[in-house]
Amino acid sequence: MTPSSPANKSGDHGIVLLRSEELLNWSRESSLWPLTFGLACCAIEMMGSMASSYDLERFGIFPRPSPRQSDIMIISGTVTYKMADRIRRLYEQMAEPRYVISMGSCSNCGGPYWQHGYHVVKGVDKIIPVDVYVPGCPPRPEALIDGFLKLQEKIRQEKPLTGTALTGENPERL
Amino acid sequence: MSFDDIAAILQEQFGSTIQVKTASPAVVVSADVLVNVCQFLRDDERLFFDLLACITAIDNGPQVNTMEVIYNFTSIPFEHDLMLHVTVARNQPGMPLPAVPTISHIWRTADWHEREAYDLVGISFTNHPDLRRILMPADWDGHPLRKDYQEPQRYHGIKTK
Repeated sequence: MTPSSPANKSGDHGIVLLRSEELLNWSRESSLWPLTFGLACCAIEMMGSMASSYDLERFGIFPRPSPRQSDIMIISGTVTYKMADRIRRLYEQMAEPRYVISMGSCSNCGGPYWQHGYHVVKGVDKIIPVDVYVPGCPPRPEALIDGFLKLQEKIRQEKPLTGTALTGENPERL
Repeated sequence: MSFDDIAAILQEQFGSTIQVKTASPAVVVSADVLVNVCQFLRDDERLFFDLLACITAIDNGPQVNTMEVIYNFTSIPFEHDLMLHVTVARNQPGMPLPAVPTISHIWRTADWHEREAYDLVGISFTNHPDLRRILMPADWDGHPLRKDYQEPQRYHGIKTK
């Protein structure tokens, strides 16, 4: 019998040994479903990342139309005070475990609106906890993909069954 | 039609209420004749300004103590333009906003332009059909493009600095 024989694929004797936490983390990091949601020019790069050239779906990253079905929120663009209430509400509607990627200078710290932008929140981490910051103005799709890989590393280190803290919530900045 | 021709027509019609600036050619009128002048600019067959291209509001600051509203008109068939200034006194803090009559019933375009000027600079357009903020949140305090604008410390619990 050769290794490629169909008889070899019955799964009859297939056994994978791993800890249940690793299994949970593996499944979580492999199906990060972002909320379909864009704020400014970074959203164009996010859409580019999801389109065929960069194809985020090969990482299991697949946009969902509802916060109830989403695991991750990509803050892709300028967060205005008018939008801040909506972002906070969408974040609160997501089921845990939930993650946030802050994409680009505006949502990291206010970006070009840092000094004179009377209308811009100086960093989305003032309203919701952020797991990964992606620098750039706007970041290229490669940078966003790198952000997702960093988030996957972070998820691999979580202890969903034995530990306590899930995400890097930092209440001092709020 | 040149600026001088347009200015001559307006002075013939409205007399000394029309002043002329030549550095950057513009006519200056007071707020109380604005509506009549605008109606004439649109309806007169020689002028026929059928397009209101832009409304700009400027705060000249507490020292000069004035605010300006600047209108840019274009006549699409005649291909001539006109800039028109209205200057009003700045209001003291806590007093009613400076008032300029609306021209939104002459050019519908003025509706949102005037809302923007109200929102960001704080000019009250009298008889406007729907004078609400257009860009900032409805519960925002103050008018951000004023020279003496102070940013609030917090908005809905979010630190602004």
